[in-house]
Amino acid sequence: MATKFDAIMARRGEIMLAALGMDYSVFEQSPIAFDYEGMMSAHGYSLDDIVGIQTRAGVGHTPLLELKNLTDVVRSMSAPGKGARIFVKDEAANMAGAFKDRRASVSIHVAKEKGYEGVIAATSGNYGAAVSSQAARYGLKCIICQETFDSRHIGQPEIVEKSRICEAFGAEVIQMTVGPELFFHMVELLDQTGYFAASLYSSFGVSGIETLGLEIAEEMTALTGAPPTHCVITHAGGGNTTGTARGLKRAGATDTQIISASVDLSGLHMASDDDFNRKSFTTGHTGFGVPFATWPDRADVPRNAARSLRYIDRYLTVTQGEVFYITEAMSKIEGLERGPAGNTAMTVAVSLARDLPRDATVVVQETEYTGAGKHHWAQLNFAKEMGVEVRSGDPKGNVPGKVIVIPERPEQIQAQDFDVARMRKSYVRNALKNAPEGYAPTAADIAFLAADTNSDAAAVEAILAALKEA
Amino acid sequence: MTDAIQCKAGDWVEVQRVLLEPADRSKNLPPETAEKPLRMWIKGFAQAAGALGDPMTIETMTGRLVEGSLSAINPGYFHTFGNPIPELVHVGVDLRARLADYHAAQGDAPAGKGGA
Repeated sequence: MATKFDAIMARRGEIMLAALGMDYSVFEQSPIAFDYEGMMSAHGYSLDDIVGIQTRAGVGHTPLLELKNLTDVVRSMSAPGKGARIFVKDEAANMAGAFKDRRASVSIHVAKEKGYEGVIAATSGNYGAAVSSQAARYGLKCIICQETFDSRHIGQPEIVEKSRICEAFGAEVIQMTVGPELFFHMVELLDQTGYFAASLYSSFGVSGIETLGLEIAEEMTALTGAPPTHCVITHAGGGNTTGTARGLKRAGATDTQIISASVDLSGLHMASDDDFNRKSFTTGHTGFGVPFATWPDRADVPRNAARSLRYIDRYLTVTQGEVFYITEAMSKIEGLERGPAGNTAMTVAVSLARDLPRDATVVVQETEYTGAGKHHWAQLNFAKEMGVEVRSGDPKGNVPGKVIVIPERPEQIQAQDFDVARMRKSYVRNALKNAPEGYAPTAADIAFLAADTNSDAAAVEAILAALKEA
Repeated sequence: MTDAIQCKAGDWVEVQRVLLEPADRSKNLPPETAEKPLRMWIKGFAQAAGALGDPMTIETMTGRLVEGSLSAINPGYFHTFGNPIPELVHVGVDLRARLADYHAAQGDAPAGKGGA
């Protein structure tokens, strides 16, 4: 028997078509391939147009800061000649406190232009604050669906704070218990209200992040004479990586290495009521990073604009304790107190910069706001209350959900390479799995898969052959 | 925290309700989630007087009427920073000392300059 959940999800296609303000079917080319660049440019806004939209909305043009003390900490433990310069784009200076304002600003602009009365987004992150803030400026109604609590009505302080800020901006916040059916309720509400779906994964949202890459390329060129050699990006659903990398490339920074960074939460199940409050991170972690990179079209839009494997050169992970250490360090030696999840890339940058030459330049492309609840102390105190052990030591002993190990010395911060080749293989497997059974990929499909995984036809064919044998 | 157990019509309140009973939930859930209902909480203006636990209709910020059972009256926010973390309190002192040592060893070279 079809459940209530199944009934709404069966009508999802027609509901989303009305709510997205865009027909995705025109971009489909085969059961596997679609016209990605066509979808990304269909809104008709140039990068200059988007800069204009964001400037009027109070978004972007955030400070680019060189972190000289952090750089010197890195150099104090580097081999001679090593220790790259570290910079940060202080995205917390955006109106609602994160780079997500860039993402929301374009979506809300489109919603207003198209005459929608309100907007809806499903998010437990900074994106909710961004959508709520922009909706307030544009005079639109706003509903945020948020996975907030476990079944005991207990929530991580960081998420509870994100409920508060959305409500502060006048949004209606629907706080829910754990489960992917958050999206079911969002679809139900879109159907009821006729509001615009301000999806994190639309081309509007991801295009809005391109200005961040553009600013980084321009500001680093002004400051150092060239775009950065490396850009480190906190990675969750993949929009941050995709949008920033696209913006860098559009600004001509084609040599900048794109490094995605996530907190390692391996072993924790994202839909588990028991694990929910033992994550200690609400975003920027592998629990989102890996599934979305290896199958982006799991998102709430027919085709996800965030396709990070197209752009990732390296994917590095760090432990929870390492990020909390760097978050504390940033306050104490750089005077920059910011939210912990946004410092994931900063933590990776410390490890990365150590092995790079001194004239290399590493840009960490975001920070996020901090405050009561949304703070590393709050998250660690909460972890202890949830029975997670917090201790000092070697971060190699960190076990997500069980033990958070705070490094004793910065030398102990060592990011780990996540196998991108394996992610590409997993993506191709998922693309095949989501095509009709027995479908044989054409040459055009193989070219699409190669572009979507930043590899080549021969590599995709090798993966397909291996999958066939298995 | 507000101790009120009774609200008047027009008060800012919170209601809760079950969105999906376990049988209606997605089939791809770990057992500890699947066995529990999907619940929601939402705030708005009470449409009538009532006591905690009573059925209540609220008008939300978007003007929707939502039914549930009254779960809080004038609900606030009580998240905080909490106590300092003993495992982190040394970080600032350690790193400042390290920087001082590093700068001394460099002959007080300006911090953070590029080049070999």
